[in-house]
Amino acid sequence: MERISLSPSQIMLRVFVGVVLLWLIIPVLIIIPMSFSGARFLSFPPPSWSLRWYQAYLTNPAWMQATKTSLILATSSAVLATIIGTAAAYALNMTQSRWVKNLQIVLLLPLVVPIVITAVGVFLVYAQIGLIATLSGLILANVMLGMPYVITSVLVGLRKFDPTQEMVARSLGMNRWRAFFTVVLPQIRPSVITGMLFAFISALDETVVSLFISGGDYQTLTKRMFTALRDEIDPTIAAISTLLTGISFIMVLLMAMNARASESRGKA
Amino acid sequence: MTKNVTNFLSPEERRERRMILLLLAPALAVVGLLLIGPLIWMGWQSFQGPDGFTLDHYARFLSDTVYLSSFVQTFRIAFVVTIAALLLGYPIAYVAAKSQGIWPPIILGMVLLPFWTSVLVRAYAWLILLQRRGLVNTMLIETGVIDKPLILVNNEFGTVMATLHILLPFMVLPLYATMKKIPAELEMAGASLGGGGWLVFRSVFLPLSLPGVIAGSVLVFVLTLGFYITPELLGGGRTFLVSMLVSRNIELYNEWGAASSISMVLLLLVFLIFRLASMLIPFERIMGTR
Repeated sequence: MERISLSPSQIMLRVFVGVVLLWLIIPVLIIIPMSFSGARFLSFPPPSWSLRWYQAYLTNPAWMQATKTSLILATSSAVLATIIGTAAAYALNMTQSRWVKNLQIVLLLPLVVPIVITAVGVFLVYAQIGLIATLSGLILANVMLGMPYVITSVLVGLRKFDPTQEMVARSLGMNRWRAFFTVVLPQIRPSVITGMLFAFISALDETVVSLFISGGDYQTLTKRMFTALRDEIDPTIAAISTLLTGISFIMVLLMAMNARASESRGKA
Repeated sequence: MTKNVTNFLSPEERRERRMILLLLAPALAVVGLLLIGPLIWMGWQSFQGPDGFTLDHYARFLSDTVYLSSFVQTFRIAFVVTIAALLLGYPIAYVAAKSQGIWPPIILGMVLLPFWTSVLVRAYAWLILLQRRGLVNTMLIETGVIDKPLILVNNEFGTVMATLHILLPFMVLPLYATMKKIPAELEMAGASLGGGGWLVFRSVFLPLSLPGVIAGSVLVFVLTLGFYITPELLGGGRTFLVSMLVSRNIELYNEWGAASSISMVLLLLVFLIFRLASMLIPFERIMGTR
């Protein structure tokens, strides 16, 4: 602000915003001290400190299996969603036909349809083709849920990209395939990465679909957490939540770095 | 490209067209198999009874009070959450868009960290904060504000609180994106013509920020309509939202016809809201930020 002194209403506005921001951030951070509590009951500040809940988490084979499932699921569905989504976004950006352009709305449907309805639909299909409680079924469903983020983000990147560069590359004899990987992809890389991070976190966080379709050896971490929370509030969840929040924090940092990279690219 | 050109496609254009479809095919296949196919099936199923075609599943909307009250409660919560998100989110986006230096990244960081944190983790946090012997009650009792713990969770209040907390970033981000694009010169021009701060805000800034208001409100409203995790964990059986009505019908009663008809009605309402909003601002703008 240029003015040195703020008017009373300006000060009130800033205080209000500060309070709301604290309300936003405190619930996310409060979990961290709770997870190091030595007590069975969650009280704040914890009466004593310990690592027992982390130990409980790390030594429990069921939690470990669920964590493994979730990490494999998030990584592989993010990669697949990025490949399929980038291809689709490239095609949507290239086409001249209105009809094909309108397919974008179809591809964004997974974001629009309420997740419970999607979950019921996926459950229905999987019951027919035997993909309930399988890892590939989970991955496929999360590819669908992650794809819209990739498509949106890559489309934004492609619109900023100057198409004449690609034309020049092609007129110099590169085929589309090579032109894409050597000219287009390096320029839209930040958008592709943004899409992939979104797809990753969306798959890691996804709960409702996996409540319906995951089971047996392939229960996701979120499904286990959800069922545990319905029964009782176990401090082990605080430990897991802290680790998940750590992952979120890394994601925010990666996003910020990625945004900075794309900004400096824009200026160059 | 003009129309008569596309009628005489050169081999290269034809190849290009084939490639476009090929690139789109995997994405379309996934959405078709896992979403559109089942939706069509559910649409059909919602008209099927033991003796073939029936309207029974839809008639239940008029006869079964659980249906009606669940839809009413869902819409009421969606309204409350959307209005509250607007009241809390607008000032945040405004201050972030207007301040300089290190403030915008700090404010946005504080919005983005919860945004990227698992929904389950945030629901869990609110359980800890709001439960009978939770932090809020303990603090209020210790400071002598109340002497008996308040019932803050396992009711609509807990659900609204956690849902609002989870969805507020969906309001702030489109608002911020819109406000960032409003040229500061316009407000200066308004001020130079003698307008006071409030007058300039009301007549220049506020109208220009309306697309963001619409985008954010539609997102928050529609997402609340389909919310499942927070009412399930924090509602304590007292919030029975449409999403729970759908899942109960399948998990407990295996009632596909009922679940399908409820899904169809909810879906229709969601599409209607998007349709109405897209008359005001482009659909892509609503979906631009997550």
